[in-house]
Amino acid sequence: MAAIGPTEFTQGMARRKWRGRAFHGLCLLAVVMALGMLAVLLIYLVLQGWARVNWEFLTSFPSRHPEQAGIHSALLGSIYLVIIAGFVAFVLGVGAAIYLEEYAGRHWINRVIQVNISNLAGVPSIVYGLLGLEIFVRSLGLGKSLLAGGFTLGLLVLPIIIIAAEEAIKAVPSSVREGAYGLGATRWQTIWHLVLPQAFPGILTGMILASSRAIGETAPLIVVGALAFVPFTPDSPFSRFSALPIQIFNWTARPQAGFHEAAAAGIIVLLVVLLAMNAAAVILRNKFQSPPEG
Amino acid sequence: MVELAGRPPASSEGYRRSHDWRRRLPERIIGFSLLLCASASILTTVGIVSVLIFEAAHFFGQVSIFEYLGGTRWTPLFASKQFGVLALLAGTILTAGGSMVVALPLGVLSAIYLSEYAHDGVRRVCKPILEVLAGIPTVVYGYFALLFVTPLIRGISENVAVFNGISASIVMGIMILPMVSSLSEDAMRAVPRSLREGAYALGSTKLEVSTRVVIPAALSGIVASFILAASRAIGETMIVTIAAGQNPTFTLNPFIPIETMTAYIVQVSQGDTPTGTLEYQTIFAVALSLFVITLGMNSLSQFFVRRFREVYQ
Amino acid sequence: MQPSEPILQTKNLNVYYGAKRVVTDVTLDFVRNRITAIIGPSGCGKSTLLRCFNRMNDLIPSATITGQVLFEGQDLYAPDVDPTEIRYQIGMVFQRPNPFPKTIFDNVAFGPRINGFRGDLPELVEMSLRRTALWEEVKDRLKTSALALSGGQQQRLCIARALAVEPKVILMDEPCSSLDPIATLAVEDLMRELSQDYSIVIVTHNMQQAARVSDQTAFLMASQERIGELIEFGESRQIFTNPQDERTEAYITGRFG
Repeated sequence: MAAIGPTEFTQGMARRKWRGRAFHGLCLLAVVMALGMLAVLLIYLVLQGWARVNWEFLTSFPSRHPEQAGIHSALLGSIYLVIIAGFVAFVLGVGAAIYLEEYAGRHWINRVIQVNISNLAGVPSIVYGLLGLEIFVRSLGLGKSLLAGGFTLGLLVLPIIIIAAEEAIKAVPSSVREGAYGLGATRWQTIWHLVLPQAFPGILTGMILASSRAIGETAPLIVVGALAFVPFTPDSPFSRFSALPIQIFNWTARPQAGFHEAAAAGIIVLLVVLLAMNAAAVILRNKFQSPPEG
Repeated sequence: MVELAGRPPASSEGYRRSHDWRRRLPERIIGFSLLLCASASILTTVGIVSVLIFEAAHFFGQVSIFEYLGGTRWTPLFASKQFGVLALLAGTILTAGGSMVVALPLGVLSAIYLSEYAHDGVRRVCKPILEVLAGIPTVVYGYFALLFVTPLIRGISENVAVFNGISASIVMGIMILPMVSSLSEDAMRAVPRSLREGAYALGSTKLEVSTRVVIPAALSGIVASFILAASRAIGETMIVTIAAGQNPTFTLNPFIPIETMTAYIVQVSQGDTPTGTLEYQTIFAVALSLFVITLGMNSLSQFFVRRFREVYQ
Repeated sequence: MQPSEPILQTKNLNVYYGAKRVVTDVTLDFVRNRITAIIGPSGCGKSTLLRCFNRMNDLIPSATITGQVLFEGQDLYAPDVDPTEIRYQIGMVFQRPNPFPKTIFDNVAFGPRINGFRGDLPELVEMSLRRTALWEEVKDRLKTSALALSGGQQQRLCIARALAVEPKVILMDEPCSSLDPIATLAVEDLMRELSQDYSIVIVTHNMQQAARVSDQTAFLMASQERIGELIEFGESRQIFTNPQDERTEAYITGRFG
């Protein structure tokens, strides 16, 4: 045993310490690089597009001339799409979450749906586009319309809302339900008057996150037939449409530098909208995170 | 409550009446409607699968599956049509693989930093900022790849084409980085403190604790994050459509124009391909292949997550 | 070096979590090759105190100390001391067995490997396992997962793991609290055995255990403000048969705690 003295172990301690410090530096470097790339991305976009971001850009239709091109119809298209998609996903998603948490119990259907939802969340968005093309555009005869695009995006973000709403409903303590049942309330009365009001902030947060996902999607909209050039205001749900990401994609693919600036300006608008939505979600979450009294 | 309990029996008669159909029927209808909502997600899956299989079946009625899976040339839009999906698959593997080369080391090292080294405050600030990277629309990354990264690379070497796999890979790597870092970090933080303490008590440095105890213990969770990120990269569309080109090429050369499976679907969708034609059906065949690959990878990732949970929960 | 010279000493040791003081003014000497028990009601800071001796509290960002901890006369908290360097000289066994999710062999070999051991590793592993009387039980399945062992075996494995780096002191933080009586007995026998070669400090809430195994006993108690302080320290026999302080007497006769 005397052979294994502490000195035998301390050998290489200096090297171990040096390696530890080098590794620490390497890990830190990785984080700094990741954050640095985000910074470079944002700075580059602002440098490219800031000059074009003004009221005229927001209110002009697209144009053959890059310096006159604006995002009016694309922005409106995006807003309509998010309203349609949000409505569809909200109704179906919250309904599904209530069913799964309050009605289905440990029924096998619950497990099937849970597995299904997590698989749906991993399906590439472009595949949803093909679903929309075949079902909404063709079979249901909606054509390449706002409705078809909105429904497609609605199904795309459905898993996000279901999962968020489930979490929110789960977080409502069961004592609340027991209290209501104890007074003879029916299941739906309990849900409507007690569970949903308490779960609402969480559901709303999920809703905002889902909308911000929908507003940035490009690929499925291309597949369901969004137009790159819409020199009119969409006037009905059956109207053909463009969307902000579609407009950005189109301008990016043009050779002229002027369109690239317009694309960068469009991206800035898109990111500002996303930032505002996410900030709203964060504020909402923080505001309601303190547990309710009682 | 006391008052309620003390009510005369007569008025409790009045209560009971509302308990029968007038109260139960709406309750039934609501329950049924909610079930319909829940089945919407199932219907979505059924819809996706049947649409893909239906159209792809037409395609495979005309093109042999062996030609499709074995061929290396993909020219459905030309006069002499060839349907070798390997040309598209190569593009997909090249860009997805390239993005993993960027995202894996950066993601895992970032995860180690956030989980083992960073103070709580630093972690709370850095993690959400990193996750912003995952929230940026992919069309924005496409713009960045084509108009910032590509000129940068072409500045180094003139031989790199305008459309190429490498800038798409790099930018896609940045996009999936937070998936690797966040999910890996979650897995590492789930490793019990007692294991770290056990290792520290034996005189380990932080490097040794991280690489010899924490990472092996969190390995299945980390692997799950890799697979999920890779699957995300395979299904990614806009970056590769904008920056990697539309030339299906059976190659792993990152400096020449290629085309991925997703970019091909966009290419056909942008054109005016009539319904029912073979060209139209090709995108469903490609999408079906894409769906099978990503579904397989997601299931694999869930398998690893389950294994991880079994050990620590 | 006198055999009776204390291997570990604390001088006016205070421990804080943030601004809150959790252990106050502890001055203690731990004698070489003896077993010292630290007893007291739960929440009196005995584990916190123990974790000062191998600077485990460094891992809790808000924890700070004042006063001194001396190991062989050297200040453990001197600015030039690296905590990793002292931790293999002062081993630790935890409340719940915490084997790494590796094989039995790799668990024991972990410390020697990271500390750059150049000798015969299998021999060292066997020796360590023999000393914890685990060798006969596991010699045929060294390459299987340590997680498959019973709780008592896992704890003895963790002790073997600590022994493999040849520490001078072994700190044990309620090592038997998650074990059944038979496994507890095995670990207690082992401690008596080990005290021939090592100095052991054990934290326990089990007074019978302290009385059975320890040579010396320190009694800690939390004050009204929930600050742990040292009430009495002495030979175990004296503490358990003839305590000087009435609070010690109240505790060991079971009137509170």
